[in-house]
Amino acid sequence: MLAGILPLIRLILGSLRDLAPILLVIFFFQVFVLQQPFPHLERVIVGIILVMLGLTLFIQGLEMGLFPIGETMAHALARKGSLFWLLAFAFCLGFGTTAAEPALIAVAAEAAKVMAEAGVVAHDEAARSSYAYWLRMTVAVSVGASLVLGVFRILKGWPVHVLIIGGYIIVVILTFLAPPEIIGVAYDSGGVTTSTVTVPLVTALGVGLASTIRSRNPLTDGFGLIAFASMFPMIFVLLYGMAVQ
Amino acid sequence: MNLLLHLSDVGVATMLDVLPIVAVLVFFQIVVIRRKPASLQRIITGFLYVLLGLTLFLVGLQEALFPIGEIMAKQLTDPKFLGIDAAGADWRDYGWVYAFAFAIGFATTIAEPALMAVAVKASQVSGGAISVWGLRITVALGVAVGVALGTFRIVTGTPLHWYIIAGYAALILQTWRAVRVAGSIVPLAYDSGGVTTSTVTVPLVTALGLGLASTIPGRSPVIDGFGLIAFASLFPMISVLGYAELSAWKAKRRKGSSPDNNGSKR
Repeated sequence: MLAGILPLIRLILGSLRDLAPILLVIFFFQVFVLQQPFPHLERVIVGIILVMLGLTLFIQGLEMGLFPIGETMAHALARKGSLFWLLAFAFCLGFGTTAAEPALIAVAAEAAKVMAEAGVVAHDEAARSSYAYWLRMTVAVSVGASLVLGVFRILKGWPVHVLIIGGYIIVVILTFLAPPEIIGVAYDSGGVTTSTVTVPLVTALGVGLASTIRSRNPLTDGFGLIAFASMFPMIFVLLYGMAVQ
Repeated sequence: MNLLLHLSDVGVATMLDVLPIVAVLVFFQIVVIRRKPASLQRIITGFLYVLLGLTLFLVGLQEALFPIGEIMAKQLTDPKFLGIDAAGADWRDYGWVYAFAFAIGFATTIAEPALMAVAVKASQVSGGAISVWGLRITVALGVAVGVALGTFRIVTGTPLHWYIIAGYAALILQTWRAVRVAGSIVPLAYDSGGVTTSTVTVPLVTALGLGLASTIPGRSPVIDGFGLIAFASLFPMISVLGYAELSAWKAKRRKGSSPDNNGSKR
């Protein structure tokens, strides 16, 4: 029993270390700059403890379950040599990991709330949650699509920057066509998708793939998938905004 | 009691959130790979951890991270704290907002585990020309400047896309140059933009932006509130490419002045 608890405590301390710089900055500003009472302090402290515990369990669970299975699958499929299944897996991996991304769940809910307050979305629970749901699905599909293109790029050995610059040009054009209230959310969705769940699995896929194909360098060809995964959501969410309008 | 009820609600929602990835993995395992995974019990335990962890995290986020971002935004822009008249305030009065944005951007990035992993790889690719700490500080400075500039944009209410488009233009110019000097760094630089925005940073920074946009007079959360994450992912790319150019230029100059420059920088 004790042997099971000790590593968990070490993990919690690890999460605390990751959170410490943020808490220090907030503490510094509260105590030395603002010098004002902090409302609902005990609730916030309970919340921080929940965040810490949750993040610890989440990452521990990922390392036990999701990462090994995802990595062996990425390697197995990369070696199998079937283009269709490889691309299908890339799409599903992008879609599945993004749909379960905690940061995206949070931001989509917040976006729906703000849109409802501004009257873009109807002001009831059902309309808000359906807006948040479809926003998340849009982002998840776009990350899936981006990985398909990214895997295809690794197979073909196309240079990353040409595709990225092309994508940016599309983003700029769509920006002028999309309704103004979606632009901020769209631009943010690029950064939101690539955190805890997506990055390790996607990197495993890219590096695994690049190392099984001869004449591909795992370090230059294996990276770059994340870059696609953070560009495509911008394009798709801008399109979503135009469609919802 | 309320908290427990909330926990169970979020727990059910989380189960639905995790369902797609479970479905994907089960499908590929059964239909395509057709092999039983080595440690099924361990994997199932892992999934239960993921479910429980995600639930706790999402509740904690509502209780702590969002309120913190919002309260900081409210207190930092309080006219009484700033000693200004709210109606006649201009962007120079909000100095503490930029300072806080810079500090929070730097602090969250320097401790980011994903960035450490990328930094180690970058150091290997470049054969030591790019040091691990050099890259981490470069990326952290990029995020800090990005978030600070993002809050400046919210304060002034200038359109987001002009900043982002200008940033892209700078990035494209830098890419052209970097491809010639240090081509292998380009994908890594692009990726470093993505890895900086972690699960804790995103909600906090989003709440900060929305809070600022709703407290600063004349700003609307819909138009001005979002966009900080976009800044936080764009600027590290620019700063990393800049750093790569700088170190390539320094290496070249050192080569010119002294013939022996092996292993002088790690």
